[in-house]
Amino acid sequence: MSRPDTGSDFQPRAAQRGRTAKIFRWIFFGATTLAIVVLAVLLLDVLRTGATHVSWRFIVSYPSRFPESAGILVGLLGSLWTLGLTALLSFPLGIATAIWLEEYAPSGWLSRTIQMNIANLASVPSVVYGILGLALFVQWMNLGRSILAGSLTLTLLILPVIIISSQEAIRSVPKSIRLAAFALGATRWQTVSRQVFPAAIPGILTGTILALSRAVGETAPLILIGAAAYVPFAPVSPMDEFTVLPIQIFNWISRPQPQFHQIAAAGIIVLLIVLLSFNLAAILLRNHYSKR
Amino acid sequence: MSAGVIEASAAPVIETRDLSVLYGTTRAVKGVSIEIDANRVVAFIGPSGCGKSTLLRCFNRMNDLVPGANIEGEARYRGLNLYGPDVDPIEVRRRIGMVFQKPNPFPKSIFENVAFGARINGFRGSMADLVEKSLRQAALWDEVKDRLDASAMALSGGQQQRLCIARALAIEPDVLLMDEPTSALDPIATQKIEDLIYDLKREYTIVIVTHNMQQAARVSDRTAFLYMGDVIEYGPTDQIFTNPRETRTEEYITGRFG
Repeated sequence: MSRPDTGSDFQPRAAQRGRTAKIFRWIFFGATTLAIVVLAVLLLDVLRTGATHVSWRFIVSYPSRFPESAGILVGLLGSLWTLGLTALLSFPLGIATAIWLEEYAPSGWLSRTIQMNIANLASVPSVVYGILGLALFVQWMNLGRSILAGSLTLTLLILPVIIISSQEAIRSVPKSIRLAAFALGATRWQTVSRQVFPAAIPGILTGTILALSRAVGETAPLILIGAAAYVPFAPVSPMDEFTVLPIQIFNWISRPQPQFHQIAAAGIIVLLIVLLSFNLAAILLRNHYSKR
Repeated sequence: MSAGVIEASAAPVIETRDLSVLYGTTRAVKGVSIEIDANRVVAFIGPSGCGKSTLLRCFNRMNDLVPGANIEGEARYRGLNLYGPDVDPIEVRRRIGMVFQKPNPFPKSIFENVAFGARINGFRGSMADLVEKSLRQAALWDEVKDRLDASAMALSGGQQQRLCIARALAIEPDVLLMDEPTSALDPIATQKIEDLIYDLKREYTIVIVTHNMQQAARVSDRTAFLYMGDVIEYGPTDQIFTNPRETRTEEYITGRFG
């Protein structure tokens, strides 16, 4: 330092600022560690209790009164059916809505109102969607306690999340891309379908698949619309009665016999594997599309 | 827009009469009357916010995409009223291409970038030939001929801008609008684009907006000086830079404001 610092209005207090920086660093690290430790303990506990019960026999067996012969097949197939159908219904509808809101809707009170309501719908408790599904699909549309009624309910539940995350993905495509396409004489549809949408696919996929993996774990709305706790047959059509993994797990846990608690843990492991494969699919698809 | 209308009149290529552009209640361009002849390079110069880019965007109706933008007066392309009721902006943009300030290639391969405009405009010929011809015209072919499938995003800024020019040329336009095409580029890349502009004027009419007065002096045949939405002076580039008639033009080109 060439000039003496005496009499200056600055008080650098470097040592104290350095200490504060360190303290916050440890607070953030602590918060992260706490979250991971809790998750790890949960996972370890489930794995210790249930891992030995996960077997091919467990996966392909029907539910039973005897824990040693009970299996997860009906819940697993029910979950896969419900999710497949939910994806089929919610993806096109949600993505189309997001495209309209971002690319077509004139900005004004109408689109602001729609936008606000979608955000509100995303925070409505899932039980409320269950009540709506029961009244609308099960009773009024007379779909009964079917996979279709369940999927329609879950579709309503995750639509706001899909719309919002797709909108964000579409919005993140630079405006200059749209201008470039328009300047070449592209129509709005050509601009959206050939430039904006392909560029937004990685983001849209990540958001939609994460929304779907939220639907995997939903129990309350499906209990409300009457997904049964005990279904002796594997579903073969969208009109069949069904149960899903979380309901099956809940059913086992609430029984008094400790053996059922162990196969509940095994069921949780199966549910986690389904969830993880969804997330893995999301990552793979995103990498695939963002490389092009 | 029928072919007959386009052939009907020879000069000028672009002609505006009392053309104004309003953003809401702000008048960004105020009653501009200007003529642009074929196979000329015309430069629009002026300080930021003088309306030169807005005026440029009237010629291919890109202002249509700006919410709240309104046009008054007339803009004609080879005699055809660009804002006439039967005119489809999509047809206009096919004849009047545009290159933007920042290079904005599509996040796709080099080949697909050039082919896109032709595809959407129903091109039926050999796409490979068209892509090669356009890249050669933009003086980019030799640098990219071995990696046409590579992503356009991997090119340098200067190469990206020449790709954007090739992309605009691929739909065989008549006029090329360039909105500060070198402001994001280094001097060497700028030099290449300027050389390119010189070559391209044999086949195209070019209107270029620039902040750089040396650039206007180097590349253009005629220069228009805009200030606060008005065309203050429009004439041969030599005369504008050596012997301006208006004091405001002189003050601007000698760097006293702007």
